[in-house]
Amino acid sequence: MTKNIYIYILIMGAVSYLIRALPMTLLRKPIKNRFIKSFLYYVPYVTLAVMTFPAIITATQSPISGALALAVGIITAAIGFDLFKVAVSCCVTVFITELIIMNL
Amino acid sequence: MNTVYSIKSNKTALLEGLKDGLPIGLGYFAVAFSLGVVAKNAGLSPFQGFLASVLCSASAGEYVAFTLIAANASYIEVAIATFVANARYMLMSCALSQKASPDMPFIHRPLSAMYITDELFGISIARKGAFNPYYHYGGSITAVPLWAIGTALGIIAGNILSASLVSALSVALYGMFMAVFIPPAKKDKIIAALVVISFILSFAASKFPFICDIAEGTRTIILTVLIAGAAAIFFPRKDEEEETAA
Repeated sequence: MTKNIYIYILIMGAVSYLIRALPMTLLRKPIKNRFIKSFLYYVPYVTLAVMTFPAIITATQSPISGALALAVGIITAAIGFDLFKVAVSCCVTVFITELIIMNL
Repeated sequence: MNTVYSIKSNKTALLEGLKDGLPIGLGYFAVAFSLGVVAKNAGLSPFQGFLASVLCSASAGEYVAFTLIAANASYIEVAIATFVANARYMLMSCALSQKASPDMPFIHRPLSAMYITDELFGISIARKGAFNPYYHYGGSITAVPLWAIGTALGIIAGNILSASLVSALSVALYGMFMAVFIPPAKKDKIIAALVVISFILSFAASKFPFICDIAEGTRTIILTVLIAGAAAIFFPRKDEEEETAA
């Protein structure tokens, strides 16, 4: 079955908006449930980590450059580089590594 | 009319937001460009990429949705994946709702909620005093168009760029993800352990027979619910720790 991209976008937009708008508009009191609070707290870190590995290694032309980008990303983020600088460091790592690999 | 919402202070807050949104927008632009490459693979036109980014403004959420669209996933899968990838915004929205003054006109709640992103939430929650919607609007007005234009340009220029540049840009998103989860992992041993477990299980799921046949986005949902759910059961957060969620 062929699907319409505009319907996909509409669904993405509606879900994204409702997630952000419902607590802001409906919630005037703090969440009390400890499980829900903890679950929501852990979700971003887990979901981003799951999406990062092993995908970063298969995204590049060579698994070696992807693996090095992973290492550089972890190190630069750990020493406190901001979001933009970490992203650029990873890109530069892949570019230089692949340049070297191609010319070996 | 109280002083917090006087016209003069609203204008000042708006201008401050416009200024603080600029470095955020520049970072968004570069990351959005690589998101555009993913969107292009999913078959989106530059306008569709622009629209998706204006409506969603969520790197991880859009990324997951685009990979699902590329795999011709069902609408319900895209809805669930968008929900899971963006679930953290519920927490941020909860935090902002607590910071808002009871005097704030209601209309600012649904309006300012539109652009609760990691970074715009960060500057709004970190700003002194009650939540000022005009400051948040200022930040959004600068940052969101750069995000959306970056996505559209990524779709357009994904063709023009050499394979090695596309390869290099493709890791920008992962770099941004790492910038979000590595600093808290450094401070909190539980998060560090969860990151390691997530890496291991995600790798195992991509290799294990049958499980590896499940779409990547769906595997992400399942692993997230399992790992974060188990963590919430075994390591529930203490109340005073919740502020670190910002």
